[in-house]
Amino acid sequence: MSKVRGGYVRPVDFKHGHVDMSHGGGGRAMAQLIDELFLREFDNPWLRAGNDAASVTVPPGRVVIATDSHVVSPLFFPGGDIGRLSVHGTLNDVAMAGGRPLYLAASFVLEEGFPLADLRRIVASMAQAARDAGVPIVTGDTKVVERGKGDGVFITTTGVGAVPEGVDIAGDRARPGDAILVSGTLGDHGVAIMSLRENLSFESTIRSDTAALHGLVAAMLAAVPRIHCLRDPTRGGLATTLNELATQSGCGMVIRERDLPVKPQVVAACEFLGLDPLYAANEGKLVAIAAMEDSEALLAAMRAHPLGRDAALIGAVVEDPYHFVQMQTTFGGRRNVDWLTGEQLPRIC
Amino acid sequence: MKFIDEFRDGALARRLSSAIEREANGKLAYNLMEFCGGHTHAISRYGIADLLPSNVRMIHGPGCPVCVLPIGRIDNAIELAARPGLILATYADTMRVPASKGLSLLKAKARGADIRMVYSSADAIRIARENPEREVVFFAIGFETTTPPTAVAIRQAQALGLSNFSVFCNHVLTPAAITNILESPEVRQLGTVPLDGFIGPAHVSTVIGSQPYEFFAEEYCKPVVIAGFEPLDVMLAILMLVRQLNEGRAEVENEFTRAVCREGNVKAKALIAEVFELRSSFEWRGLGEVPYSALRIREAFRTFDAEARYGIAYRQVPDNKACECGAILRGVKKPTDCKVFGTVCTPDNPIGSCMVSSEGACAAHYTYGRFKDIPVVAVAS
Repeated sequence: MSKVRGGYVRPVDFKHGHVDMSHGGGGRAMAQLIDELFLREFDNPWLRAGNDAASVTVPPGRVVIATDSHVVSPLFFPGGDIGRLSVHGTLNDVAMAGGRPLYLAASFVLEEGFPLADLRRIVASMAQAARDAGVPIVTGDTKVVERGKGDGVFITTTGVGAVPEGVDIAGDRARPGDAILVSGTLGDHGVAIMSLRENLSFESTIRSDTAALHGLVAAMLAAVPRIHCLRDPTRGGLATTLNELATQSGCGMVIRERDLPVKPQVVAACEFLGLDPLYAANEGKLVAIAAMEDSEALLAAMRAHPLGRDAALIGAVVEDPYHFVQMQTTFGGRRNVDWLTGEQLPRIC
Repeated sequence: MKFIDEFRDGALARRLSSAIEREANGKLAYNLMEFCGGHTHAISRYGIADLLPSNVRMIHGPGCPVCVLPIGRIDNAIELAARPGLILATYADTMRVPASKGLSLLKAKARGADIRMVYSSADAIRIARENPEREVVFFAIGFETTTPPTAVAIRQAQALGLSNFSVFCNHVLTPAAITNILESPEVRQLGTVPLDGFIGPAHVSTVIGSQPYEFFAEEYCKPVVIAGFEPLDVMLAILMLVRQLNEGRAEVENEFTRAVCREGNVKAKALIAEVFELRSSFEWRGLGEVPYSALRIREAFRTFDAEARYGIAYRQVPDNKACECGAILRGVKKPTDCKVFGTVCTPDNPIGSCMVSSEGACAAHYTYGRFKDIPVVAVAS
């Protein structure tokens, strides 16, 4: 004889289970997944309230909002995973506007058949990253697509931040004579990811640099509140970021190859694959542009922070109606550092 | 980094630069062709032209495997990839080369063709083994550097009895292309293209050795210096060429002794000879039909020859009328002589093949050197 236990729900099988269409169907299975996974991991009063929208308060003054979709493959890589990355990516976009991140929202697109064990690992990693950053994930959404219509999991995060009084950071504020700084070694994330691509398997000790940069930015702003531009050189790397800033600000840039911080392992991997570290992605680095007279104080503040230990002054903003980014090569010549064309693809010759 | 930094040393470059300046006779012009795209890339990327006196001019040659591939061959590859169930494995360089009807392999992939980028022919074999129910074709391109790996793949496929694997062979030969340039009317009769010497291929020469170039030096009285792809290799080779010209010598010299010997890689050459044979003629972009300039798969390996298996019919397709790739590949024109350079034709929207590969003369100049066409005063502090 069956003894019906009132209110009993069989727990989600995170060990062996897989995402199925019912997890996005709006029914009990979805409610259960939210309850046993997202709510448990992200736990905070806004989520516990159980509303579709989180009701939050923001301090007076300017607010910045940023959103970022994450579609990385592979989902787990040396130094991180898509969960950590999705928290850091958006926090950094908020921080690059000078904002102190306050809240995050997260939206998941799951592919039917995705192992629940992997999903739990990703969500736990996101929760840890958010806790470390001191920024709660206050609202979210989950959808499931049929097998073959997604790549395991896509995560979109949105962040809200408050900008302190007196801070005015934007991509169009670089001026001729300004100093260009980077916070650390270039290309670590791009090479870490590439080393795992199925057709490229090579062994490397390089780990993704994925990190939340708002702490570093706060330290930089404390030293130099009038920083002109901040940007994180993610996809397309340093080269692409400098070209964006040069175009937005209507000026040119000249950087010095010998001053660019790049790990020897990254140089080696790029040599081997026919790639250029200037175009490889970073997930825990920033480019800062400030008046030359502020550069020393800014560099010192960056180097005093754990995420800016390898910071360097790499060049200067110049007048140039064509908005070229040029580089003085270690070799003694000068060349363009152009926009990335399409994807960075390996060469055969 | 060890074995890299030594060949990119700025102080040594300055010393070589002054040595070239001292050596070059101010009353003479030195027109030197670097055959290989690898050299073209190094010259642009490291700004080597800035370190040369004005009377030493580098002419970019046709040694970019992607650039010389005619449109018809890319069309063939796209047709293959469009066959239901077929997987086309290709080197990444070919993905963006413009083909007929505004297509490219990249665009064909976006439309559903199963095209996979591979790093080596061994990856193509792996794909064939992992997909026994699918036909897999390796789109083999390149000079003598990439030919031995293709031969290895064909032999391996035979040993494994891989019946779903074949190779669309487009391998071409360096010496035939150099002969073609030296025999071209612009060089031979009209003298409109002054060509005083060659920087010989780096990686190609590791396979074929320095011996095949002796003919050019002797027959056409043009000095050849084989050089590595690092910037100091190129600088030293230029100095050696200038010296030869000053002394009236036309010899084959080897700057790249750390990797190249006179005989080349005997094993690799034997492997090529075992698997491939000469085609009587092959169309090159820019050079047109060049006799005995390419390889096809021997009868003994016919089952692995995609041309035979799928009855691939080659059709010649003319280049875009405005495109000067042909003249640029022969050294007759510079990228900036082309009307569409940097306007209609850019790396993001290439019209001609020279704008596609980073080794192409146009792409290299556009990417690394186009600021030099415009007077911009910009000095780093």
